[in-house]
Amino acid sequence: MLDTSAIHQLVRRNRQRDAVFAIIGLACMMIGILTLAVLLAGLIDDGARRLNWSFFENFPSRRAARAGILSAIVGSSLVMLITALTAIPLGVGAGIYLEEYARRNWFTALVEINVTNLAGVPSIIYGLLALGLFVYALDFGQSILSAGLTLALMILPVIIVSTREAIRAIPAAIREAGYALGASRWQLVRDHILPYSAGGILTGIIIGLARAIGETAPIITIGALTFIAFLPDAPFTAEFPFISFEWIKSPFTVMPIQMFNWLSRPQAAFQENAAAAGLVLVVMTLVMNGLAIWLRIRFRKRIKW
Amino acid sequence: MTLASVDMRDNSANGASASPGRFGFRRSRNVGERLIETLLFTISMATVSITVGIIGLLLFESALFFEQVPLADFLTDTQWTIMFEEKHYGVLPLLAGTLVTSTVALLLAVPVGTGAAIYLSEFASHRVRETVKPMLELLAGIPTVVYGYFALLMVTPALQFFMPDLPGFNMLGPGLVIGIMIIPYITSVAEDAMRSVPMQMREGSYAMGATRLQTALRVVVPAATSGIVAAYILGISRAVGETMVVAVAAGQQPNFTWDPTEPGATITAFIVQVALGDLPHGSIEYQSIFAVGLVLVLMTLLFNVLGHLARTRFREAY
Repeated sequence: MLDTSAIHQLVRRNRQRDAVFAIIGLACMMIGILTLAVLLAGLIDDGARRLNWSFFENFPSRRAARAGILSAIVGSSLVMLITALTAIPLGVGAGIYLEEYARRNWFTALVEINVTNLAGVPSIIYGLLALGLFVYALDFGQSILSAGLTLALMILPVIIVSTREAIRAIPAAIREAGYALGASRWQLVRDHILPYSAGGILTGIIIGLARAIGETAPIITIGALTFIAFLPDAPFTAEFPFISFEWIKSPFTVMPIQMFNWLSRPQAAFQENAAAAGLVLVVMTLVMNGLAIWLRIRFRKRIKW
Repeated sequence: MTLASVDMRDNSANGASASPGRFGFRRSRNVGERLIETLLFTISMATVSITVGIIGLLLFESALFFEQVPLADFLTDTQWTIMFEEKHYGVLPLLAGTLVTSTVALLLAVPVGTGAAIYLSEFASHRVRETVKPMLELLAGIPTVVYGYFALLMVTPALQFFMPDLPGFNMLGPGLVIGIMIIPYITSVAEDAMRSVPMQMREGSYAMGATRLQTALRVVVPAATSGIVAAYILGISRAVGETMVVAVAAGQQPNFTWDPTEPGATITAFIVQVALGDLPHGSIEYQSIFAVGLVLVLMTLLFNVLGHLARTRFREAY
């Protein structure tokens, strides 16, 4: 007669360990999510009462109660415009070249390693590059142009990598069919590769821009002013030629800089402003990242090769 | 018809001889193709020029810095007082600050991130995984200055409740917040690595009577080691390069100490501090931020090389 009680005991002990780890693992996973909840609750608790229309309509002020984020929101929008106009063509173009044109040789390998490494460079280093290159060597000054270009360089690897992944997901059969019908390489890219990968590319662009809009360190490094109580020149004018580019040379502030500025003051009233600005910033990035995730799920469901 | 008319125009425009039209059409099409390929090639080259620009600029300004400051002083002096009358240029306090905050961050993020990754990959149901992964992405997208607010005004006061002697500016709070910040990166990359371990290996393990935990710890984790190490390396380089949390909540005082409850400054926090002040082009302060920036880049490069070595060392092919 075999004694099975030892085996039963072993099985029971292993099952218990399984259950204990399941609880530990769940707790680990929840730490991140609970933090998000606590952070949001804290920001709402501290900042929600400052969130009214005048907060969005006012300039920064020496008096905390009258300060607002108008110049920061306008500055962020204009900087993002420059960033998008630079990073999207460069990033998507480089992604297309690496996937569809480049030959598999040492040079392509070098470019690939380079893009991976650039993605790991701390953001503040891009600020140093911009300080030496854009602000002094090219003499753009501490302007919207310098800031927009800096952030564009920073998010370039994000856009390149997501473009490449989106293109790589397209089956080779599509390309072969195109070439078999006599399409040139560019015709294939324009009529097939780009439309089919648009969802993935768009997702990467939004994630990149969401990162850029919350980035503080490189903007501080180029020496952006923090007290800006005016708006840049309007991009549209009443007289010919109706479009003005004066604004790209204008000094500016952006949302994260404005928040940092308020945060580094000791008075509680300013820290309330920081919480309110932080709340606006978090909502902006959550909405952008949420949109990117939603787009990705939608496109993944729709396209079945 | 249309083809023919295009060909005619091409020929006359090129002033070509009486060669048949179709070849002219192909030539003009080839010219367009070449132009586009050259343009795209130039764009890809631009990414290389960013790296060249970063390294060149850092080396150039650092060379100017080291003309005035001996390298030996830079590496051995234990004070960094560049903002004061009597100047000392020892990078050790900044390095110590960077290492202390990063170590605190990793002590939190590595166990929690790994635990969460094992749970998501091996224990969680499909639905839980599909809900939690996007939330982790959202967490990774929160601006770092907001995490600075979190460290200064929420985490440090909470810590002071347990440790009444803790100063308002310290490296412990920011370190913990950086840890929370890099958990999503570690979890996400480590989970991907574990998911890519072939199902047969788990099935083989279950068939031998192993439990989920035994399978996870003795089969899946060893098989995914190279990817998990890559996740840790990614976390380390994020922690070392993190700027705003430390600049806001650690006090911006270069301090040669290994005690996380004291205030301190990291390399990144010092760059922010100098950049916030008046920064004349060509001054020693201006050059110093490039010199410490070079140290930071070398550190992240070192971690990336180590990560690459670890990946090839632990790689298991199936």
